[in-house]
Amino acid sequence: MNGQATGTETVKRGLAQMLKGGVIMDVVTPEQAKVAEEAGAVAVMALERIPADIRADGGVARMSHPALIERIMKAVTIPVMAKVRIGHIGEARQLQALGVDYIDESEVLTPADDLYHLDKAGYTVPFVCGARNLGEALRRIAEGAAMIRSKGEAGSGNIVEAVRHMRAIRDGIVELSVAPREELVARSRDLGAPLELVREVAANKKLPVVLFCAGGVSTPADAALMMELGAEGIFVGSGIFKSTDPAAFARAIVDATTHWQDADVVLKAHTSIPEAAKAMDGLDIRQLAEHQLMASRGN
Amino acid sequence: MRTPHVGVLALQGDVVEHVHALERAGADVIEVRTPADLERVDALVVPGGESTTVIRLLGRFGLTQPIVERVRGGMPFWGTCMGMIVAAHDVADLEQDTLDLIDVTVRRNAFGRQVDSAEVPLAIPALGDAPFPAVFIRAPWIERTGPAVETLAERDGHGVMVRQGNVLGTSFHPELTGDDRVHAYFLSMMADA
Repeated sequence: MNGQATGTETVKRGLAQMLKGGVIMDVVTPEQAKVAEEAGAVAVMALERIPADIRADGGVARMSHPALIERIMKAVTIPVMAKVRIGHIGEARQLQALGVDYIDESEVLTPADDLYHLDKAGYTVPFVCGARNLGEALRRIAEGAAMIRSKGEAGSGNIVEAVRHMRAIRDGIVELSVAPREELVARSRDLGAPLELVREVAANKKLPVVLFCAGGVSTPADAALMMELGAEGIFVGSGIFKSTDPAAFARAIVDATTHWQDADVVLKAHTSIPEAAKAMDGLDIRQLAEHQLMASRGN
Repeated sequence: MRTPHVGVLALQGDVVEHVHALERAGADVIEVRTPADLERVDALVVPGGESTTVIRLLGRFGLTQPIVERVRGGMPFWGTCMGMIVAAHDVADLEQDTLDLIDVTVRRNAFGRQVDSAEVPLAIPALGDAPFPAVFIRAPWIERTGPAVETLAERDGHGVMVRQGNVLGTSFHPELTGDDRVHAYFLSMMADA
């Protein structure tokens, strides 16, 4: 068709802009996807196993079976995302051919390449990537990521890493935005990020793509906390379907994300979860060995 | 007389992009999250986002009826993409609640999934000769229009910009482009109201 352009930066970043203020939920079946959609999720992440189970099972975690992803795509009308291993060109091409709406190049799966991430700019499908700090976020954007999520520690049920990473990204942006112009070249070197992006962040005081939070959200208050710290939306992995009342937790986390500035609504959202229902069990990050941490995969 | 205020529904979606575009076009903008916010505005823009999410949140937070009453009473309304789906009479082949503010049937994701999302130069005669840089993201099209509905733009033979009196709908996202002609057009609808 005349002048029509697919896969542009504007349309890839644009879908993430449409998801802002929303909650993206990990699901492993079409039925869970429907529970998520009914609760008000803006998108679902189609997986074979949620991060808490990947962590418990050990071994190599790969891209999910395409037939499962396809069944989930047919079950809901909201966007469907799926994960590929860091640097796995073969998995990424498959997911683009399948027509998923977003690919998460994710540290939750076992990395395929311990040195390099995907060249994401070359794909029509948009990518989201995790980051622990501003340098990591800008490297992923330079590779073509159209959306960033703070990494947190997936499947831990513990918000502390998400808070650490979101604060680090935010503090990095604040530092650039007040830095004198003559410092930006050296800061680009120290961040390990392209100067052009460093200058853009310094001028605009924000990332050039949408920033969500991931890795450890398990209650409505967790979601409100992360929005307060500057997240533009929330990924919830294990926090919903590892709780004892997924529908109630899903809805309450959506409500708390929408109205994070209004403590009365967040309180009401939390109160709407039956007292007998339990949030997912959490892990003390300090008890995890280095090889058990997912966030340190990919840099 | 107080300055007219344009509300942008701020439950979910690309709210701030609309706020900035409306401000560039000269409007005073209020973000609308509650029925009390809605009482302060003279027009309402519903941004891009996820329609299944927002229709549920409108119900949960008591905004559905107040919006329907204000728009039926003549308040200018503009829905972009998700906002147009929310405003439609119905959605083709889906059991989806809507506000029924404009007599059209929309088809969701009609141009395809995200890999089919596209930037398209669009002829919109009401905005002048220069084509509009339309951004379509998992976009709907208009499947049916009632007799009172005017189609202002088409892509590949499908309606993508429609107006019925005080209600405007676009399948695409002018708020992502930096071209504020549709925002200015909406503000002129406000002046007429």
